[in-house]
Amino acid sequence: MPNGAQPVLDVQGLKTVFKIRGGEVHAVNDVSFDLRPGELLGVVGESGSGKSVTMMSLLGLLPTPPADVRGGTVTFQGQDLLKVDAETLRGVRGGKIGFVFQDPMTSLNPVYNVGMQIMEPLRKHMGMNKKQAAVRAKELLELVGIPDAERRLKDYPHQFSGGMRQRVMIAIALACDPQVLVADEPTTALDVTIQAQILELMKDLQERLGMAVIWITHDLGVVAGIADRVLVMYGGQIVEQAPTRELFRDPQHPYTRALLKTVPRVTGDREERLAIIEGQPPILGEHPSACPFRDRCDVALELCAKQNPPRYDVGNGHDAACFYDARTGGPRDA
Amino acid sequence: MLDDPKPTKLVEIDNLKMHFPIHTGLFRRHTGDVKAVDGVSFDIFEGETLGLVGESGCGKSTCGRAALRLYDITDGSILIDGDQIGDMSQKDLRTKRPTMQMVFQDPQASLNPRMTVQAIIQEPLDEHTSLSASEKREKVLELMDQVGLNRKFAGRYPHAFSGGQRQRIGIARALALNPKFIVCDEPIAALDVSIQAQVVNLLEDLQKEFGLTYLFISHDLSMVRHIATRVAVMYLGKIVELAPREALYAEPLHPYTKALLSAVPEPDPDLHDTMERTILTGDVPSPANPPKGCNFCTRCPAVMDICKQQEPDYREVLPGRYVACHHYNEVQTAADSTAASEASDQQSLSNTKNDQIN
Ligand SMILES: Nc1ncnc2c1ncn2[C@@H]1O[C@H](COP(=O)(O)OP(=O)(O)O)[C@@H](O)[C@H]1O
Ligand SMILES: Nc1ncnc2c1ncn2[C@@H]1O[C@H](COP(=O)(O)OP(=O)(O)O)[C@@H](O)[C@H]1O
Ligand code: SF4
Ligand code: SF4
Ligand SMILES: [Mg+2]
Ligand SMILES: [Mg+2]
Repeated sequence: MPNGAQPVLDVQGLKTVFKIRGGEVHAVNDVSFDLRPGELLGVVGESGSGKSVTMMSLLGLLPTPPADVRGGTVTFQGQDLLKVDAETLRGVRGGKIGFVFQDPMTSLNPVYNVGMQIMEPLRKHMGMNKKQAAVRAKELLELVGIPDAERRLKDYPHQFSGGMRQRVMIAIALACDPQVLVADEPTTALDVTIQAQILELMKDLQERLGMAVIWITHDLGVVAGIADRVLVMYGGQIVEQAPTRELFRDPQHPYTRALLKTVPRVTGDREERLAIIEGQPPILGEHPSACPFRDRCDVALELCAKQNPPRYDVGNGHDAACFYDARTGGPRDA
Repeated sequence: MLDDPKPTKLVEIDNLKMHFPIHTGLFRRHTGDVKAVDGVSFDIFEGETLGLVGESGCGKSTCGRAALRLYDITDGSILIDGDQIGDMSQKDLRTKRPTMQMVFQDPQASLNPRMTVQAIIQEPLDEHTSLSASEKREKVLELMDQVGLNRKFAGRYPHAFSGGQRQRIGIARALALNPKFIVCDEPIAALDVSIQAQVVNLLEDLQKEFGLTYLFISHDLSMVRHIATRVAVMYLGKIVELAPREALYAEPLHPYTKALLSAVPEPDPDLHDTMERTILTGDVPSPANPPKGCNFCTRCPAVMDICKQQEPDYREVLPGRYVACHHYNEVQTAADSTAASEASDQQSLSNTKNDQIN
């Protein structure tokens, strides 16, 4: 991972709120991260932690209202994607930034064959004629490992299995040689054996094409397998950020530490009793003025109920948003 | 249970089949069957948890539901607590229902949104007992205590609860009639990671307290390793391997079990670098049209000629370890297995001839 290089994507202070009946949902709170060239950035967190809303906000994919992107900048190729006009944004989306979502059945159009759907971005963003697009579409299906590509271009989405549909989605996302690929839980609905195929494919494609990837998942095992660096989200915030190996070797945030203890494994020692995280994830009704994890945290300090902790640099490219210092076992020196 | 030299079998399932007819065309003619469960046999000992794992669509839910006779089964024998329920009439089943219950995957969909928690948990008591209204109310509150739900919320509706709490409601309801056997069908699949352990610990506590026996259906192999005493692995309507938990995870025998275990992503980056992974190619075939011979032969990394001809027997290859794979026919040497495959080639040829004659 080329450290220090100019990031391909730079997100600063992103804040997204939904207006709902009787109030607001503060889904994304002051989220900042960068994506470096050629890296695979994993984003983990349980459902409702703000992973999808973060990515949809920066791609301008949220309906407004109810969504309101209240603050932040998203720098891509020298432009702030939150400020550019709709036309420019449409050009970026599906072009230089490709995306893949969890459920390919809802993102693929059931009435067009997959060939048409791969050719569409090629014609729209790359200015290809029909013949050129058809040739490229076949290459793309081959690239993502779909056998008998030429014939399968004529098939409709329902004629593909779940795993194959997800490959088609990846082919579409890759159509315009994106610099950034955003993948939102693309393997969550798949069986482990099919997930293993897709993860393998992804690692291979990323190496060959050299793009930067944001891979969202709720599965710590998946990030351990494919990410170079990881963001941990909780309650609409990034609570920890570190290179993958560092995160698993030396987790700093109490949430990450608890999460790693609560998931059972198929190898190593088997635990007689699972460690649990008491309580429920927070309800994000207002702008947070305290640590979102405090009700469930077993090392919470008095301060945690009064202030929302900033992200503290803990060295090795690693930071954690917590007032407690896991290394000393006491409050952090301010 | 571990101290008991001769554990008693609470559930004995033999050659269970559940086929769903396929009707096609204008006249809805019966043109085939989805062989969702196609001849499975297993026992569950009193007080143990049998884990049932496998990819989606392999027949786990159908197997669990059929075992409780929520379907009229196609074939097979189901002995539960001494009674043969495989062919029992619905009327007789009614009296048997209290002993066997089910906890479902989606607590949202399985709870009636228009009923209060009190009414939901009480419903089985209304159906099957003659308790007075106040006795029932007391029993419901007691159940709520047992599953860790606040009594104060008895009057609320399911939508006011989180996923984990809704699953507790489902569990309380399943416990209402003091069952012996509970089929848990993916009870944690819809829950967040941080909530899964809460529910699994609850299930374990209840098992200890009431001596419950579980069939725990899950696609999560790590959670099954935690909760199960023994584990059955299903593929395309059949059990391909069944073994005590420790043995299965330490040394899986069936090629499918090996592949399945090696596909589980472990939260350990070092392991990902060093681990030998078997990546299966292709998808699970349709249960309406399973492959000939061993049903795993289209994806098996260890496939042999014989596998495409002859279905392997499901047999006990080591004490307590059952496998259906030609690699474990220990009586066969390499030469024998070639012979066997030739023999079966011939057999299938003569079958073809017979077909022509008929
Ligand atoms: N359209 C919407 N209206 C109201 N709230 C929403 C909407 N979409 C998402 N949210 C809320 O935003 C929060 C973050 O959601 P999301 O980003 O989808 O989480 P994740 O992807 O991490 O599971 C959740 O509390 C969710 O309920
Ligand atoms: N009521 C039904 N009618 C027809 N086919 C069914 C029915 N229920 C399940 N099936 C089919 O049986 C197979 C096994 O399904 P299921 O038992 O739900 O698998 P699992 O629980 O392992 O995912 C699948 O192919 C499914 O489509
Ligand atoms: S800031 Fe306080 S409450 Fe939040 S995780 Fe750290 S110690 Fe726990
Ligand atoms: S019988 Fe043959 S195809 Fe089936 S699992 Fe064994 S080796 Fe593989
Ligand atoms: Mg999401
Ligand atoms: Mg199921």
